[in-house]
Amino acid sequence: MKVPIKVTVNGKVCESEVEPRTLLVHFLREELGLTGTKIGCDTSQCGACVVRLDGATVKSCTCLAVQADGMAVTTIEGLAQNGNLHPVQEAFWDNHGLQCGYCTAGMIMTVTELLQRNPHPSADEVRAGLEGNICRCTGYHNIVKATLAAAETMAAAPASTTATTEATEATGG
Amino acid sequence: MYTPEFDYHKAGSVAEAIALLISHDDARLLAGGHSLLPLMRLRLARPSTLIDIGGLGDLKSISVHGDAIRIGALTTHGEIAASHDVRHANSLLAEVAGGIGDPQVRNRGTIGGNIAHADPASDWGTVLTALEASVEVQGANGSRTVAIGDFFQGPFATAVGENEIITAVTVPTLTHHEHDTGHGHGHGHDEHGHDDHGHGHEHDHGGGGLAALHGEVGEYAKMSHPASFYPVVGGAVIVNVENSRCVSARVAVGGLVPTPVRARAVEAALTGQELTADNIAAAVNHLADDLGAAIIGDVFASAEYRRVVAPVEVKHALFHAIGLAHH
Repeated sequence: MKVPIKVTVNGKVCESEVEPRTLLVHFLREELGLTGTKIGCDTSQCGACVVRLDGATVKSCTCLAVQADGMAVTTIEGLAQNGNLHPVQEAFWDNHGLQCGYCTAGMIMTVTELLQRNPHPSADEVRAGLEGNICRCTGYHNIVKATLAAAETMAAAPASTTATTEATEATGG
Repeated sequence: MYTPEFDYHKAGSVAEAIALLISHDDARLLAGGHSLLPLMRLRLARPSTLIDIGGLGDLKSISVHGDAIRIGALTTHGEIAASHDVRHANSLLAEVAGGIGDPQVRNRGTIGGNIAHADPASDWGTVLTALEASVEVQGANGSRTVAIGDFFQGPFATAVGENEIITAVTVPTLTHHEHDTGHGHGHGHDEHGHDDHGHGHEHDHGGGGLAALHGEVGEYAKMSHPASFYPVVGGAVIVNVENSRCVSARVAVGGLVPTPVRARAVEAALTGQELTADNIAAAVNHLADDLGAAIIGDVFASAEYRRVVAPVEVKHALFHAIGLAHH
């Protein structure tokens, strides 16, 4: 028995009917074609599937699409605003915060929340905040470096793209 | 990886959730889903119906009433960790909540869902047992309160009836305490897995030097699985201290026997003693004296291993409680 859901994804209202067992990550990738969000371990450990649900990062492999009904989802595809990459995306690019790139979308989504909660983290706090994201290439060094660089950029321009993204999430669209 | 098929209902109120439980055989409640969905994907649970209670805002609350904190069942670990009220009234709860899983797990996982799942090693199970919490459970005939000591009935089994729902957990506050000496306080230590277990470390604090420690102090230490951060063995302690002497102690361990249990033999061994490193080390050796059940084991951690690690975690918690770092 399919269930109707209405989810605002990256600012756009998506109405659909899903099987109750459809995971949010499958809904995003297969229904909406948003394949930036990856499936890694599929056991809530690796964080490749992290998206923001009403602003909070969640592992979309451990959330049913029906649980997101009425909520706002931001995926990696929704971070750039008006063609400008989010400062965290820029920082990962500039600092080569990736090796194979498979964990990158999840890493970036986690970092956006981490910097929102703690705009000036230490390297140790960044590492602790990334506990739920695994880089199997072990490329953590540049990921931490990129996060610290993003924190600096965002502190220098607090009202720019980040504010827009967060406002979008907070209002659900 | 999909779960088996199930019917889905979203409850609009606690009463509706109870009515749905009554009218559906083999139904399970879905809160944050961070215990149930992984089990379902592994086919370890196959409920025919899920009743989604995630939208019940009434069950998401934190309030302090006198000497008790009441936490709504749907409050997430992250909300508990971030709550100033919790940190002020019982800092142990905030510390433990902030050390559960990872940030994403803490954003979704709920205290009610965690105890309903009743994993023998759960952080909350162990800590709430030491804190002598109580659980509010609601059914068609109203609410009842279950003492935590009666709540866990076996691995993944609780006192919650088939058609009942956990609505809140109530936890006593901890009285304030002061360290008059320069010893570092235990808070802020690594809650995410003491991966050294103290092996090979020398604790050279045996001579005491813990002047003027007063009040009630709570601490928790655990050994976690390195990938999932799920606790394997944990020890929670609440010690009431006067002039560095232990007036009373509550000690609980998780991951050792089929439910979290009070370690009465350790409590007895600590009571009346000066809390020196040597006395603590001697007391925790009594852990396996009085557990009331056989020690469990699995592919990750055998019973023999847990028997060795559990007293170490209790010792670490006690060291932190009295301001001794274990490194």
